[in-house]
Amino acid sequence: MEREILKRLFSEMLRIRMVEEKIAALYPEQEMRCPVHLCIGQEAIAVGTCANLARDDYVLSGHRSHGHYLAKGGDLKAMMAELYGKVTGCSKGKGGSMHLVDLSAGFLGATPIVGSTIPIGVGAALGTVMRGEGRVTVVFFGEAATEEGVFHESINLAALKKLPVVFVCENNFYSVYSPLAVRQPEGRQIFELAKGYGVESHQADGNDVVEVYEAAERAVRKARRGGGPTFLEFKTYRWREHCGPYYDNDLGYRSEAEFQEWRQRCPIDRMKERLVRESLLRQGDISEMAASLEAEIREAVVFAKESPAPEEEQLFDHICSP
Amino acid sequence: MVVDDRELKFSQAINEAIDTCMAKDPRVYVMGLGVPDPKGVFGSTLGLQQKYGTLRVMDMPTSENGMTGVAIGSALVGMRPIMTHQRVDFALLAIEQMVNQAAKWHYMFGGQMSVPLVIRMIIGRGWGQGPQHSQSLQAWFSHVPGLKVVMPATPHDAKGLLIASIEEDNPVIFIEHRWLYNVSGPVPAGWYQVPLGKAKVVREGSDLTITATSYMTLEALRAAETLAEEGIGAEVIDVRTLNPLDETLIMESVARTGRLLVADTAWKNVGFSAEIVARVAEKAFPYLKSAPCRVALPDCPAPTAPELSRYFYPHAAHVAAAARRMIGLSGDGRMAELAPAVPLDVPDPSFTGPF
Repeated sequence: MEREILKRLFSEMLRIRMVEEKIAALYPEQEMRCPVHLCIGQEAIAVGTCANLARDDYVLSGHRSHGHYLAKGGDLKAMMAELYGKVTGCSKGKGGSMHLVDLSAGFLGATPIVGSTIPIGVGAALGTVMRGEGRVTVVFFGEAATEEGVFHESINLAALKKLPVVFVCENNFYSVYSPLAVRQPEGRQIFELAKGYGVESHQADGNDVVEVYEAAERAVRKARRGGGPTFLEFKTYRWREHCGPYYDNDLGYRSEAEFQEWRQRCPIDRMKERLVRESLLRQGDISEMAASLEAEIREAVVFAKESPAPEEEQLFDHICSP
Repeated sequence: MVVDDRELKFSQAINEAIDTCMAKDPRVYVMGLGVPDPKGVFGSTLGLQQKYGTLRVMDMPTSENGMTGVAIGSALVGMRPIMTHQRVDFALLAIEQMVNQAAKWHYMFGGQMSVPLVIRMIIGRGWGQGPQHSQSLQAWFSHVPGLKVVMPATPHDAKGLLIASIEEDNPVIFIEHRWLYNVSGPVPAGWYQVPLGKAKVVREGSDLTITATSYMTLEALRAAETLAEEGIGAEVIDVRTLNPLDETLIMESVARTGRLLVADTAWKNVGFSAEIVARVAEKAFPYLKSAPCRVALPDCPAPTAPELSRYFYPHAAHVAAAARRMIGLSGDGRMAELAPAVPLDVPDPSFTGPF
C-alpha cells in the first residue's frame, strides 16, 4: 500500500477522533442542544471505506454519522454549526447532529431511524443507474439495522437489480444498551445474512483501517464496474455512551474489562505504531499533525458559536419545495 | 374554441395522466406491485410497460416500506417516481418511509433536497373488501406537514391533479376511490394540470354548503339534486386537495350559506371532516345559522358481509337527511327515493365482482 494513503488514513482518523473529543469536551456547556452519538473507537470504518470513493459517489448514514460525514469530505464548520443549531449549519439548524448532509461532498444525508437510510441508499443507487451515471453508493449502518425488515427488503432489491451499492455494517455489539445476545441467535455471523440474498459478503476487523480499506476497495471496484452489491461487516466497539459525551461502563450493561480490551485495539494507536515502526511518520510529525487539526477544529467551533441562530420566520421555511 | 367532449373512465384518465408525464419527462417512472400485470392496477397502468419498457415501468418485490425508501432515494438523485399501491391498507407498511423520510427530507436538511414522489393508493370498498382492504386514511397523511394529499372525484380532475402531482417537487399522497374507477366524464386530451390546493364549487346553492371528499362528492351531488326539488339550495364543494386545504373557498361559501355539512369517505372520529368543522368554527363562527354536521363512516372497522355494509356506508339519502335537519325540517324527506338502487357492496349494477 502506498505510503501517502497510509498517512492519509491515519490523519483522517485522528481528525475524526479529535473532533469527537472536542464535542465531548464542549457538550457539558449545554450549547449543543441536540443528541450526539459519538463514533470514538469506530473511526477506521468510515475512513477506510470513504478513502475509496470519489467525491461524487454517494454516502448515507444513520444516527452515528459524524465520522462518515467527515470521512466523505463533509464540511467541518457546517457540521459544528449544525450541532450548535445555527443557520450556517449544514442543515440550517433544522437537523442537528442526527441530520448531517453535504451534497457538495456526496454525503447525501443521515437520519436516525435505524435502517431507514438503507433503502434510500439503494434507491439512490437505482437512480444513478437509471440516469446512466457511474457513481457508487455506500450505506453505513449498525448491526441492529440488520434486525429491521427494511434491511432485508433493500438488500433483496440490490441483489435483484445488481445495483452499485456497498452495505457497510458496523457491528459494535450493542443497540443502545441491548447486547447482540438478546437480539440475534447465538453463533450467527451477521455477514452470512447477506449471502442468503446472493450478495457477496465479507467480515473484517473494523479497528484495522488497512483491512477496512482493502475490503472496501474490492467492493467499490466491483460496484463501479457493474458487478453489483457487496455487504461488509466490520466488528468494532463504541467507546462512549450510546448518546452523549460520557463513558457509561458504570451502568452495568457492559463491563469495564470488555471496554479496556477494545481500547487496547484502538484503530488510531495501531496505525500510529505501524507508521512510526515503518518510519513513515515520526512522533514529531504526529504532534504537528495534531496541532494543525486542533487549530482547524478550534476555528470550526468559533465559527459555530459565533454564527447566528435561525429567526422565528425560518420555522416555516422548507416545509415544501416551492 | 374547440369543445372537447371526449369522455373517459376515471381509470383511463389516471392512465392517460401517467402516460402524458412519462412521454414528456424521462425522469418519470412507475413502480408498484402488479403495475405491469394483465389487470394493470384496475386498468390504470395498462399498456405503460409496453410503451416505456421494464426499467421505467417496473413491478417490484412485495416490500412496501423498502421500495418506498428506494423511490425516495431515486427521487433525491433526480428521478420522479410514481409508487403505486393497490390498497391504502398496503401502503401502511411504508408509513415509516412516508412520514419520517419523504415528508421531512426537505425540511430537516434545510431545503437542499426535495422528494418529487407520487404515492398512489386506492381505497377499496365493497364486495367484502372488509377491514383491511377498504380504509380511508386521508386524515393520517393530511396530519403530517410535508405531505400533500390529493383525492380526485372526477375523471377530469383525476388526470389534471395527477399530472400536477407528478410535476410537483414534493411528496404527494394521491388517494383514489375504487368506486370512481368506472365513472366516466369529460377529459381533455393532452397535457393539462388541475392545480393542487384548489377546491372547486361543483354545484352552487345558497342554503347550505356541503364540503365533500372523493366519492362522497358524487353522493353529495345526488343529494343536492333532490334537495333542490324540495326547494333547498345546496352548494357542493369538492375539496380535491386535503393538504394544503383551500380554506378560503370553504369559508367564502359558508359565509354565504351559513351552514356547513361535511361528507367524507372516512371515519368520523378525529377525521378529516372534523378538521373542516373545526376550521369553520374558528374562522366563520359568526356566519353559522346552525351547528355544522358530519356525514362520515361510523366508528367501526369496515364489515365484510354485504348486509352489514348497508349500515356502514352513508350515501346521498344520509347527506340529504342531514341537510334537511340543519335547515330545521324533518330529516326523512324522500329518503326512500335516494336509497341506492344497488346493494352497497358494489359500485354499480353492472358490477359482478371480484375487485
